[in-house]
Amino acid sequence: MSEATTLEKPDLKIDQDEGNFSYPEDYAFDAGTGLTEKTIDYICEVKEDPDWVREFRKKALRIFREKPLPTHWASKDLENIHFDDFRYYLSKGAKPKRTWDEVPDDVKRTFERLGIPEKERAFLAGVEAQFDSEAAYSNIKKAVAEQGVIFVGSREGLKEHPEIFRKWFGKVIPTADNKFSALNSAVFSGGSFIYVPKGVKVKHPLQAYFRINAENFGQFERTLIIVDEGAELTYMEGCTAPKFDSVTLHSAVVELVAMKGAKLQYITVQNWSPNVFNLVTKRGLAHEESEIKWIDCNIGSRLTMKYPGVILKGRKARGEVLSIALANNGQHQDTGAKMIHAADETTSNIISKSISIGSGRATYRGLVHIPRHLKGCKNNTECDALLINTESRTDTYPAIVTRGEGNSVQHEASVSKVSAEQIFYMQQRGLSEGQAMSLSVNGFVNELVRQFPMEYSVELKRLIDLEMEGSVG
Amino acid sequence: MKSTLEIKGLKAAINGTEILHGLNLTVPKGEVHAIMGKNGSGKSTLAKVMAGHPDYEVTGGDVLLDGKTILGLDPDVRAREGLFLAFQYPSEIPGVTIANFMRAALNARRPEGQEVDAVEYYNELYKKMDLLKIDRSFTSRAVNDGFSGGEKKKNEILQMAMLEPKYAVLDETDSGLDIDALKIVSHGVNSLRGPKMGILVITHYQRLLDYIVPDVVHVMVDGRIVKSGPKELALEMEKKGYDWVENLATV
Ligand SMILES: Nc1ncnc2c1ncn2[C@@H]1O[C@H](COP(=O)(O)OP(=O)(O)O)[C@@H](O)[C@H]1O
Ligand SMILES: [Mg+2]
Repeated sequence: MSEATTLEKPDLKIDQDEGNFSYPEDYAFDAGTGLTEKTIDYICEVKEDPDWVREFRKKALRIFREKPLPTHWASKDLENIHFDDFRYYLSKGAKPKRTWDEVPDDVKRTFERLGIPEKERAFLAGVEAQFDSEAAYSNIKKAVAEQGVIFVGSREGLKEHPEIFRKWFGKVIPTADNKFSALNSAVFSGGSFIYVPKGVKVKHPLQAYFRINAENFGQFERTLIIVDEGAELTYMEGCTAPKFDSVTLHSAVVELVAMKGAKLQYITVQNWSPNVFNLVTKRGLAHEESEIKWIDCNIGSRLTMKYPGVILKGRKARGEVLSIALANNGQHQDTGAKMIHAADETTSNIISKSISIGSGRATYRGLVHIPRHLKGCKNNTECDALLINTESRTDTYPAIVTRGEGNSVQHEASVSKVSAEQIFYMQQRGLSEGQAMSLSVNGFVNELVRQFPMEYSVELKRLIDLEMEGSVG
Repeated sequence: MKSTLEIKGLKAAINGTEILHGLNLTVPKGEVHAIMGKNGSGKSTLAKVMAGHPDYEVTGGDVLLDGKTILGLDPDVRAREGLFLAFQYPSEIPGVTIANFMRAALNARRPEGQEVDAVEYYNELYKKMDLLKIDRSFTSRAVNDGFSGGEKKKNEILQMAMLEPKYAVLDETDSGLDIDALKIVSHGVNSLRGPKMGILVITHYQRLLDYIVPDVVHVMVDGRIVKSGPKELALEMEKKGYDWVENLATV
């Protein structure tokens, strides 16, 4: 265990590759490499899934096999994913612990290094910490649970709360939505199930943390959040993985439901290592006068494809996507937003900021759909790109489909560059090249980040600083 | 230890064209020297080469700060060693406020965990801004973004005042300034004069030297210093024109 001991450095703050460590594997349950019906049976046995879930999974596997890779998703790099080379389920057990003391040492140390227990004490209403396929720890503060808020993993959700779970599960994002949603539906494990009862306003965020530890592994968490009438919730997710030579796959499905007058804010802090394919489907269903806001920040990964969406189903529903994507050398961030207006007087707002560094590539892919028969709908879309050095490229595909007279759509796009002269100027004042780039990037996203909750903007700034320091040769 | 900024036989080229052809100049701490020269004589080249601009190649000679060479150091290391350059054409840095920029620059000079105290920092910043008659609202404006020519130049001197370098090179800080702004900027520079700082003022016109009175004047022609003398040399230059020294250069 010498590896584990040398990794135990107390100085978390100045660790440059802070997510880049892993512990030796020690799993009680391993579905092996490759994906067949047997893999699914294995997962079902370990998780003690009810029959309807086993059938749901097997049907999804058939759909996954039939579906081609999405061709409208721009990257050929998808073809480099060899589905037979991954391990689809790894865990030390399917049941999370309720206290950190019960969590196995290596897992506990992982999350301590990532600062999770500390944040939990400081400002969170509840935490779920997933290590590979299952949550190792899950807890909600007593006062919040007493308000009737349910915060558990998907496994517990479907078993203990089937009446709510089954009503919405797979309804916002059908299995057949795309190849990766089908894959997730076949092998999903972990993720959160949350229900906030009518009128309950959860003051502090609930947080889930997704950690990949193993090599040649795929993580497929499944999250379903239902915020009932007039209720409010902020949910944050963070993700990291160690850097391996082999490919890691992360393919989540996240479904959100906001009932009448509800408010739901979903925040992602993603800091994947550069060998991760991150192919995630996220969508919310917004009922009358409700509001769904995605704050989505993508740092790291080899290829991220993610287009959080909101279906604006009820009158006066509001949808928002605020996103930041940082594509460093060799990375491709293919991100965007989808707003499907399906009722009168619905409004949507998309603000996307992308940063491309070196050979990094950022693509914005948007869809705003407002059908002819609707009245009083509004969309605002802003896409700003920042290029750092000349190799960088950026593409914008805004795809706005509006029909009908009484609807309004605004679209703005800009591309700016950080020039060598600007970097030199800042260096002349004593800032290192990395600090200079970091300052420019933070300056670029500043106005947007000001709209984020405080804890989150601090975290984001720190991640940008680390990323920029690391990008200088 | 020497207390000078010393340029010895400096040769430098850009894109394979040599611009500085063996330039010699020494600015002792506590003095103000001026370089006068026509457009294209290589004044900005000298400033940027000293600061370590990556486009220039040093092909000979040396630049020594207090006796130690700074060639080969990254621009930010030179800056932290105490060299400051007020740019002829300062860059705009969108989204980065003056307050944040200056604070980051000051913190870059300090060990980790010993960042500047916010209250003290703003006191200092406001004091220096008052000196240069810069409105306080500028702290929250992005560095040089949308600034007028004069505002940019004042901002350069503000940064110099905040960073308190050992040696400062001011590249045509007078260009683009009206007479009132020129007086304010000169007053700012003069208030920074003292035994702890050596200043090299680069200018095209004699006018600036009425306000920032130099100890020594150097005349630059085609990448070399061809004549040096007391402050009266500036007036002589103004009267006789550059042709006079150009003839000297070819002798
Ligand atoms: N990129 C470049 N390639 C070639 N020559 C250059 C380049 N930049 C500047 N020069 C030349 O270098 C000389 C000196 O320029 P500069 O140092 O800016 O002069 P000054 O500041 O005295 O006006 C000029 O002749 C100019 O044309
Ligand atoms: Mg010049």
